[in-house]
Amino acid sequence: MKAGIVLFPGTNRERDMAQALRLVSGREPVMLWHRDTALPSLDLVVLPGGFSFGDYLRSGAMGAHSPIMREVRAFAEAGGHVLGVCNGFQILTEAQLLPGALLRNASMRFLSQDCHLKVENNISPYTRGWSKGDVFRAPMAHGDGNYNAAPDVLDRLEGEGRVAFRYAEANGAVDAVDPALNPNGSMQAIAGILSENGRICGLMPHPENLVDPDLGATDGVPLFKGLVESLVA
Amino acid sequence: MSQTVDAALAARFGLTAEEYGKVLNIMGRTPSLTELGIFSVMWSEHCSYKSSRIHLKTLPTKAPWVVHGPGENAGVVDIGDGLTAVFKMESHNHPSFIEPYQGAATGVGGILRDVFTMGARPVANLNALRFGDPKTPGTRRIVDGVVRGVGGYGNCVGVPTVGGEVNFHSAYDGNPLVNAMTVGIAPRDRIFLSAAAGIGNPVVYVGSKTGRDGIHGATMSSSEFDEHAAAKRPTVQVGDPFTEKLLIEACLELMATDAIVAIQDMGAAGLTSSAVEMAGKGGVGIELELDNVPQRETGMSAYEMMLSESQERMLMVLKPEQTDIARKIFEKWELDFAVIGHLTDTARITILHKGKLEADIPLAPLADEAPIYERPFVHTPGPVRLTTVPDPVGIEHALLTLLGCPDLASRAWIWNQYDSGVGGQTARRPGTADAAIVRVEGTRRGLAVTTDCTPRYVHADPSAGAAQAVAEAWRNITATGAKPLAITDNLNFGNPENPEVMGQFVDAIKGMGDACRALDFPVVSGNVSLYNETKHPNGRRISILPTPAIGAVGVIDDVTQAVGYAMPDDCDLVLIGEQRGDLGQSLWLREIAHREDGAPPVVDLVAERRNGDFVRSQITSGKVVACHDLADGGLLIALAEMSIVSGVGCKLVKPLYDSAALHAHFFGEDQACYVIATKSGIAMIEAAEKAHVPARRLGRSGGKNLDLWQQIIVPVTRLRAVNDAFFPTFMER
Repeated sequence: MKAGIVLFPGTNRERDMAQALRLVSGREPVMLWHRDTALPSLDLVVLPGGFSFGDYLRSGAMGAHSPIMREVRAFAEAGGHVLGVCNGFQILTEAQLLPGALLRNASMRFLSQDCHLKVENNISPYTRGWSKGDVFRAPMAHGDGNYNAAPDVLDRLEGEGRVAFRYAEANGAVDAVDPALNPNGSMQAIAGILSENGRICGLMPHPENLVDPDLGATDGVPLFKGLVESLVA
Repeated sequence: MSQTVDAALAARFGLTAEEYGKVLNIMGRTPSLTELGIFSVMWSEHCSYKSSRIHLKTLPTKAPWVVHGPGENAGVVDIGDGLTAVFKMESHNHPSFIEPYQGAATGVGGILRDVFTMGARPVANLNALRFGDPKTPGTRRIVDGVVRGVGGYGNCVGVPTVGGEVNFHSAYDGNPLVNAMTVGIAPRDRIFLSAAAGIGNPVVYVGSKTGRDGIHGATMSSSEFDEHAAAKRPTVQVGDPFTEKLLIEACLELMATDAIVAIQDMGAAGLTSSAVEMAGKGGVGIELELDNVPQRETGMSAYEMMLSESQERMLMVLKPEQTDIARKIFEKWELDFAVIGHLTDTARITILHKGKLEADIPLAPLADEAPIYERPFVHTPGPVRLTTVPDPVGIEHALLTLLGCPDLASRAWIWNQYDSGVGGQTARRPGTADAAIVRVEGTRRGLAVTTDCTPRYVHADPSAGAAQAVAEAWRNITATGAKPLAITDNLNFGNPENPEVMGQFVDAIKGMGDACRALDFPVVSGNVSLYNETKHPNGRRISILPTPAIGAVGVIDDVTQAVGYAMPDDCDLVLIGEQRGDLGQSLWLREIAHREDGAPPVVDLVAERRNGDFVRSQITSGKVVACHDLADGGLLIALAEMSIVSGVGCKLVKPLYDSAALHAHFFGEDQACYVIATKSGIAMIEAAEKAHVPARRLGRSGGKNLDLWQQIIVPVTRLRAVNDAFFPTFMER
């Protein structure tokens, strides 16, 4: 699997993402600069976490207008796979490659803590490493992760099975109104979603930070394994 | 500006009449306003260490693994594999009281620059925070602002905030302490220093533009607060973590070339101190043309530019033929890059602005004749040891009260606002081990990092208390299995012109030095923050508790060998170390008996080293499942914390000592002690006996309760609920 990681000014989880991709796929990802106007031949484009342009406007709003995003859009329109994590998810919504918006956390504070994610769909490359209903641990670290969308958009996401991950309790219980279970206040406890063709995925928590047994946990491995299985011809 | 320069203006700039006399002598004429500004900031307490320097010189700074000790931007120690850890802690106390968010944020930014200016990629941030009494109006606002500021900056620059400490005491009501520490990693053969060299080489300014913020910040940090403190808000700088992140990446990219001769961040006293120190260390002269300084405001004078403390700026001396390579890197990162001067053979700093010579100062006397004071001091009277204090409330009540008190309550509310995982190397996060562990990228090695100080001990007995701070940092590193390497110290004290405060300082340095020598734990960097006192309208001066915060770094060869304090079921629990059952200066005494007296716990550095070396060897040979040192709150709090983090109870056997002394053994803050969870308590105790280390069996882990020989049974869920309650209740009400 040939993966490229886009670096925006202010991106800060590119090394984490590279480490995860390297560990699970055995292949070194290429780093792409936000001003690049062409993509190399790739199986996967990743928009990693961080604070692109300081997020001094809305989170991800400036990054969505970087020159490389024209190429990312073309890549996606041609059926390419795009993963956005945290700030990457925010950029994907700002670029309207995924629907909805990520507002300030309901607590109005930055949240850095472990959460549990329930896998709601296991047919996309991003989720096939799990079974539907599986629960895994992932750290979250964001100030703006409160997923919001218009009612009809939510209905479509739910109806088409495009909610990939939901915040949950370790036992799988979901309760969108309980801040202990849905820490940032996301609508319907949505933590990650898929595009219509299932090839673009955005999620707020960081599975890339839980892939190395030497650091104590491997909960995030199935996401990357699933991608490798899907994208290695 | 057409201000007359005279002794009165010098006094307003913080120079004494005698110091101003020295300036006149050096210059042989009345200095210009810009020159007076330069002298006043360079000779401020903050930049010159004039009250502390003679004492600091007594601290041990060498060991075979020390690459660079004090005197550089940060200390550097060898960690193996051709790599080094680069670290320092620095205070931002005064700004954080005036404007908590920006004060704390720029404190983080400043210490990060001290570390990456040496060529190190920052890999961990820590912060040691002291706040006023939670009941004091205003404490909440400061806690909220400081925590948001630390997080706001650290999260954005993408350096994990992995540890630190928080205390509350009314002595910090008008003067909180914000001490920020950064640890970075650099190849041993790629360390960058600040000594300028090469006559004619260009002096290059990079980073943010210069504005009028922070003018005379270093001078403000060198005086006490009064009721007009809020009026000093314009002297606080504003941080921009996004630009800092770009600056880190651009500098590290440039450092991979060989274009840099010398580099220094612009911290306190901005362009003045970076230019003066770089040229001074290199023994060369420097000429600056201020018209070329990137400015974000119009009409700035030379004086304003030289004294501005605008953030996120660096000064470099480059090899002339490589200037274009450097320029391209900074243009890529969209940062300002300007050649603002060159090195000269005059041994003077000359400043030109709009065709006018604004300053012309000989560098050697500016540094060499900086005032040094041997201030008078008196020793703190020796504390009176406590006689027996009866237990008024019983063990269970005391346990729950202590677990819920501000100084012991769970800090999760704070940690959860700091990104502790960015970078992908965090092996032990805050609240899971006595020191945080960050893996060295590309290796199996880990760095163990902690900050420690117990100010109430230092207040009662400055020498013993400061030794305890060093010993506790050493112990916290040891309790993870790592080898302690070196410390950085952040010495926060009151007004040094008060002989009692100066006595605290002198004795604390002595205690620190003793502990550093006994533990082979040298000081490689540090910072002194004096004048931490508040002058009330009635004339009374309140000093902070003397707070020599210690930041420490250790190394473990294999991160998978490191232990935390979460314990599984069915382990034997063993106490390593000797209990004295002394309650002097304990949290129990303060929270239960409502007294703050007695002597702090005895620090036996020989026992500390022997017990610690034993524990570390047991951990690295795989015999320890979990380990937690005894600290605030003593033995029973240590056990409760192990239960809370793991959700596993423990069953204790009845100890042999007199039941009337039970509270003293459970809550006395004995030093050089560890609780160990192990698969075989018998083997552990045998090994300890062989090493002449005191050890005794405490009981076993398991169940859902903290169970004291079935006399007292407290569910772990209750312990956790009590421990979790304070911060959310205090801050979110």
